[in-house]
Amino acid sequence: MATSTISVDTLKASRRGFLARNRWLLLRRASQLLVLLAFLTGPWFGVWIAKGNLSSSLTLGVLPLTDPLLVLQTLATGHLPYSSALIGAAIVLVFYLLFGGRLFCSWVCPVNVVTDAAAWSRRRLGIKTGRVPDANTRNWLLGGILVAAAVTGTLVWEWVNPVSLLHRGLIFGMGGGLFVIVGIFIYDLLMASRGWCGHLCPMGAFYGLLGKKSLVRISAANRKACDDCMDCFAVCPEPQVIRPALKKVGQESPLILASDCTTCGRCIDVCDKQVFKMTHRFDQRSE
Amino acid sequence: MDTGKKPARPAAAEPPASVARRKFINSVAAAAGGGCLLALGAGLYSKSASALPAQALRPPGALPEADFLAACVRCGLCVRDCPYDTLRLADLGDPVVAGTPYFNARQVPCEMCEDIPCVKACPTGALDRELTDINKAQMGLAALVDHESCLNFLGLRCDVCYRVCPVIDKAITLETQHNPRSDRHAMLLPTVHSDACTGCGKCEKSCVLPEAAIKVFPRKLAQGALPAHYRKGWEEKARHGGSLIGEQVELPVRGFEGPTAGRSATETVVAPAAPAAPIVPDAPSAAPRKAPPGINSNWKP
Repeated sequence: MATSTISVDTLKASRRGFLARNRWLLLRRASQLLVLLAFLTGPWFGVWIAKGNLSSSLTLGVLPLTDPLLVLQTLATGHLPYSSALIGAAIVLVFYLLFGGRLFCSWVCPVNVVTDAAAWSRRRLGIKTGRVPDANTRNWLLGGILVAAAVTGTLVWEWVNPVSLLHRGLIFGMGGGLFVIVGIFIYDLLMASRGWCGHLCPMGAFYGLLGKKSLVRISAANRKACDDCMDCFAVCPEPQVIRPALKKVGQESPLILASDCTTCGRCIDVCDKQVFKMTHRFDQRSE
Repeated sequence: MDTGKKPARPAAAEPPASVARRKFINSVAAAAGGGCLLALGAGLYSKSASALPAQALRPPGALPEADFLAACVRCGLCVRDCPYDTLRLADLGDPVVAGTPYFNARQVPCEMCEDIPCVKACPTGALDRELTDINKAQMGLAALVDHESCLNFLGLRCDVCYRVCPVIDKAITLETQHNPRSDRHAMLLPTVHSDACTGCGKCEKSCVLPEAAIKVFPRKLAQGALPAHYRKGWEEKARHGGSLIGEQVELPVRGFEGPTAGRSATETVVAPAAPAAPIVPDAPSAAPRKAPPGINSNWKP
């Protein structure tokens, strides 16, 4: 499907309509909204699709889904959860292992909307202030929260985890959690470009590790057409992942293989030369 | 993990390897420091805020608070399956740990569903499925905290807490006492028994006073505990079928003529029936001896 649209679009490459320029963004927002709505039709209209929240849920009364990182932390505290939580975690784990770890970040996570808004505002307002922490901080934080869970015997990270705070707040009612979310917006806007999702979030780090060998990938298949306009670098939430594929730095393959890539497809949207396409990791074709 | 990035950087960098290495070590140290600091901060915060406030009760079957906080993934499935909207999820800034379920008895008490849907909904075992009989739940413990405003203690017959109690006559009983104020009436004092009270909170919810005189607290707050090595002599005696240390010399009790002083309506003197004396004969016995026996000690229930 993706390939056919690209061939059509390349004909009128320079002037693409709003939908063509925002296709993946709109799809992503729809996905994030649908995930949220699945939890909200119950309390709003009495039609229960999914109960619970992203931490753990039961869909249509049969399908348990549990955040695997949360189960990992629970295990670190020394508590063995019931099988429904373990099965739920296994299902989520296998899904993201197969399809792409950080798909979660760009297609499900509600904080993504907040940090995308911050990044968009930062670009629009031309803000260049702040200093980003090392991108490895998130990996250390990921290790840190597991160690902290083991040492304190409690789910330390869940006290402040903005991802679950926001999602839970949207479904069960928002209170003080709002301050954390506003804090993240301000941090990303003024203090560090893509600071939270790109450098600090341990959930993102965890899903990144899951996605090392996952299937869904973006390919710079048409990289010959690249005119170095830098639009993709400007819009990408993890700009460092583009260069190896686009400029053949350290790899021949046109695939963006770095697990930091959230497969958000924004590079596909913004590129007027139709360099990028959504594909799978075995698709090595390039023009 | 970190070394994977290293070869890419020096390739572009002209300065000698030692500079690149120093830069690399610096960035790793900064990342490690930042990550550890954040985790440490979260840990400290969680330590400082982990005490459950007095009026927040956990759902039935909840593990002890520390274990509960390790097991509960804050998903809210128990909240969803509670048919009476009793349970709420705390948010950041609430006195209860963010995301965990609790209820406030004065607002909405637990209706003690026989099938305990909240426990069934819990995917992690933070609510223990070992609990199958809701009457064995220990969500909290009721305590009649204000004797001064409880209507029954004033000699009236309110009895509402007693009557709404789902475990009536076991968790709350009415204990008859002489009313020393009128000297001719009885007081029927609501008395909570910890072995039967589930902590559902219906008594607190229905207390007719503007501020409830009977309140439900987490068990840890409401209940004292005897040292583990204490044995109650009379219980041991009953179990053994006789005194464990042979027959004791019965000393005459002077100044308390008549059957257990204070029970008869004609007497104005209300003194504790003093079962305390035989248990610990040494130290505490010194205190009662100061007051002349038989004189009104102004003891009130």
